[in-house]
Amino acid sequence: MTTDHHHPTEMAPIEARVAAIESVLVEKGVLDTDVLDQIVANFEDNLGPMNGAKVVARAWSDPEYRERLLADGTAAIKELGFEGPEGEYMVVVENTPKVHNLVVCTLCSCYPWPILGLPPKWYKAPAYRSRAVREPRKLLAEMGTDIEADVEIRVWDSSAEARYLVLPMRPDGTDDMSEEQLAGIVTRDAMIGVQRL
Amino acid sequence: MDGVHDLGGLDGFGPVEHTPSEPLFDEDWERRAFRLMIGWIATQHPSGGRFRHSIERMAPEHYLSSPYYEHWLTGAATMAVEAGFATQDELDRRAGGRFPLSAPDRGVLPADLTPRTTPRYAVGDEVRVREWHPPGHTRAPRYVQGRRGTVVRVDGAFDIDDIAAHGGGSVADPLYAVRFTSRELWDEAGADGEVVCVNLFERYLEDPR
Repeated sequence: MTTDHHHPTEMAPIEARVAAIESVLVEKGVLDTDVLDQIVANFEDNLGPMNGAKVVARAWSDPEYRERLLADGTAAIKELGFEGPEGEYMVVVENTPKVHNLVVCTLCSCYPWPILGLPPKWYKAPAYRSRAVREPRKLLAEMGTDIEADVEIRVWDSSAEARYLVLPMRPDGTDDMSEEQLAGIVTRDAMIGVQRL
Repeated sequence: MDGVHDLGGLDGFGPVEHTPSEPLFDEDWERRAFRLMIGWIATQHPSGGRFRHSIERMAPEHYLSSPYYEHWLTGAATMAVEAGFATQDELDRRAGGRFPLSAPDRGVLPADLTPRTTPRYAVGDEVRVREWHPPGHTRAPRYVQGRRGTVVRVDGAFDIDDIAAHGGGSVADPLYAVRFTSRELWDEAGADGEVVCVNLFERYLEDPR
C-alpha cells in the first residue's frame, strides 16, 4: 500500500471504492454486469437453507437415503439436485444422543453454498470463528442451545476442501409428518449445529 | 501467514451477534462487491488460495474493522492491480479518496513440488501438525500447528492451496480430517468432552514425536 504525500489520506467511502474498481473492470471488459446479475439472482432466489432442509427431511424419512448421505454426502445431495461451487465435496455429520456436531470456518467463511446459500454475517464474524473451536459448549449455551455435559461436542473446522452439513436428530412427535412437513421444521442453524430441533 | 484472519482460539471478540435470518445483502454495495468478486473469479480463475490470500494480506486493523464484503472488494481490487488492470493511483482518483489495498504477497513456494495421491496415513493414525508458520497462504490454522491429533477421515487427494496460491500450479496432496482434543489444543483452558476436527493436507503433517 502506497502512503507517500502524493496520495490521499482520507479513505474513500465504500460505495465510491466499489464504483471505482467496478468501472475499471467493466471498461477493460473483465466484468459483464448483466451476466453477473443473473448469477447473483441465482444466489438470491435458488440457494438457501430450504435446500438443506429437503436433504435432512429425506434422510429422516428414508433410512437407505440416510445411509447413502452419511457414506457419500456429495453424491446423495446431488440426487436431490443440489450441487455447485462450495458443494463439490460434501461431508454430512450426524447428531446422536451422545454427539453434537458444530461447523465453523476459522480461517475465512467456507460454507456449503448449494444447500445453505451464502453464510450469515455472524458465521463470518470474528466472535464465532474464534470461539467455536475454543469454548463451543459455552458458546452454544450463550446462543440458547444447552448441550448436556455427557454429550460430546464435535467441532468441524472447514479449513480446506470439505464442506459440512449437520444432520440433526429428528425431534420427537414428528412421526406423522410428511417429508415436506419435516423440511419445514429444519432450520439453517440446526444444519450448522448452533441449534437443536 | 500468521495473520488476523487466522482467528481460531483468539480471545476478546465477545458474544456472537446472532440473527435467525437476514437478507443476503444489507446494502447495495455489498451485492456489487459480491458480484465483482464472482466476476473476477469467473473470468480470471484465481485459485481458491490466491483469492483467500488477497484478503488475508489486508492490513490487520482494516480486516478487523471492516464489514465482510469490504474484504471481497479489497481482495478483488488488489488482484486487479497486481494483474495490471489498474493502478493504485487510478483507483484513488476514481474513488475520490484513498483506496486501501492488501499488502504484497510474501509467499514462497516449497522446493518440492511433487504431487502425491497415495495417502501416507490411515484412519486411527496419530499425527502431529508441523509448526512452520509460512509467510504465504496456508490452510493449516495456527491453533493446530505443533499439536497432536488422530486421523478420523481420509479424503483422497486435492490440489494444495499453499502452492496454487503462489503460482505453483496444481499440486495434488492427500487430505485428512484430523481430530484434536480440546485439552491438546488449549490445555488448562480446554474442556473434556469437546473435540475439534480440522481438514489438513498431508504436507502439513508429520509422525508424532
